[in-house]
Amino acid sequence: MRIEDHPVLGKFEKGQKVRFSFDGKSLEGFEGEPIAIALRSNGVLIHRYTARRNEPRGVFCAIGRCTDCIMVVNGQPNIRTCVEPLKADMVVETQQGRGPAKESEVSHA
Amino acid sequence: MLRYEMICVGAGPAGLAAAIEAAKNGVQVVVFDENDRPGGQLFKQIHKFFGSREHRAKERGFNIGQAFLDQARETGVEVTLNAVVLGIYENGAMNVMIGDQVKQVRAQKIVVATGAAENMVPFPGWTLPGVIGAGAAQTMANIHGIRPGNKILMVGSGNVGIIVGYQMLQAGSRVAAIIDAAPKIGGYAVHAAKVARAGVPFLMSHTIKQAHGKECVTGATVIQVDSSWQPVAGTEKEFEVDTICIAVGLNPTTQLLGMAGCKMTHVPTLGGRIPVHDLDQETTVKGIYVAGDVSGIEEASTAIIEGRIAGLAIAHRLGYMDDGTFRKEREKQSQSMKGLRSGSHGERRAKAKEYLNAIMPAAI
Repeated sequence: MRIEDHPVLGKFEKGQKVRFSFDGKSLEGFEGEPIAIALRSNGVLIHRYTARRNEPRGVFCAIGRCTDCIMVVNGQPNIRTCVEPLKADMVVETQQGRGPAKESEVSHA
Repeated sequence: MLRYEMICVGAGPAGLAAAIEAAKNGVQVVVFDENDRPGGQLFKQIHKFFGSREHRAKERGFNIGQAFLDQARETGVEVTLNAVVLGIYENGAMNVMIGDQVKQVRAQKIVVATGAAENMVPFPGWTLPGVIGAGAAQTMANIHGIRPGNKILMVGSGNVGIIVGYQMLQAGSRVAAIIDAAPKIGGYAVHAAKVARAGVPFLMSHTIKQAHGKECVTGATVIQVDSSWQPVAGTEKEFEVDTICIAVGLNPTTQLLGMAGCKMTHVPTLGGRIPVHDLDQETTVKGIYVAGDVSGIEEASTAIIEGRIAGLAIAHRLGYMDDGTFRKEREKQSQSMKGLRSGSHGERRAKAKEYLNAIMPAAI
């Protein structure tokens, strides 16, 4: 999926090659590029399943507007992966519904 | 509270042009942009621009963007990135979130140059991964160097649909077809001819009926529409595609202006609900100016001129420019604008802008 040699833009400048985890699998991407781009280059298009109808969703606007591409990143839900830069060893997970609640949101009553 | 003479919201072509023009004349300017890089959509534009040499025609958008950034630096414009303006309040007060901190700032003059968002057309299957905005396709291919898909159906034959269609070919994707419910191609003939020569079929008077696929797009059904836009049964065509790009126009990002109390009006030619503004790009709320797509959908080249006019007007109002010089400089920009708002596409926009300026006459 990566464009190796673009007729107008030539080669794309990218950060260092890093590994990250996606749903337990180890994948490769470039540091600093949006998580969504690293995922797409690995053929991953489904980012989450909706809360009520359990429907798949992926990237839609790619500029951080629509929030369709949100995922769980390093345990934190609702991260817009189309604008969140990839870092080495990030733990990225497909988000189910609204994602895991934060400890502060869980009632222990 | 941090105080500035001028704050510009948005570091795209309009915002940067406004900031540079004002700063050149002595105004102290800061530009806030929510993205992690400046330039707005300019850096995604890899095609050559139209117009005359003074409009930097034949240059590619990203080169124009780079020149802008250099100029901003030279004129001392401060650009703050990852800065989301949350609200504009009375007397130029503003909340801006930089990183995870919310700061209060105030400006004597504000330029809102927040651009536009893509329109969408809903159809069964439109939420499937693989249905994306044409802008998304452009961002993926031209900024991040990744093909959005291998085989693409483009919905919409305006300039965005056609140009992004061609850019998908450049990215190494195949474009199955460009479809449009309208009977005629919406974009410039030169662009359309180039895409047609590359072998991409145009299906006019056709709309998308459905996207297929369980987990991701695997295909699309397209159907012909009659002169009253109704689907004609039995005219369905199937396309095997993994990506459907939606390019059905843009709408101005006016939320901040609505919040600030600027009077709005509906002008279909300019993309829908837009702020009423005068020849100097000033809205009905004194001190709040608009430039670029947020003041009516046009092009990067017109956005730049609107930005310059706003910047000049602000320099004048703040006392950095006398009446005579301002009138002369504004006239120069207006003349330049006339060249861009000509031809069958431009004239309609020129009329729409005249309508606005008639509602709200210029201050001087």
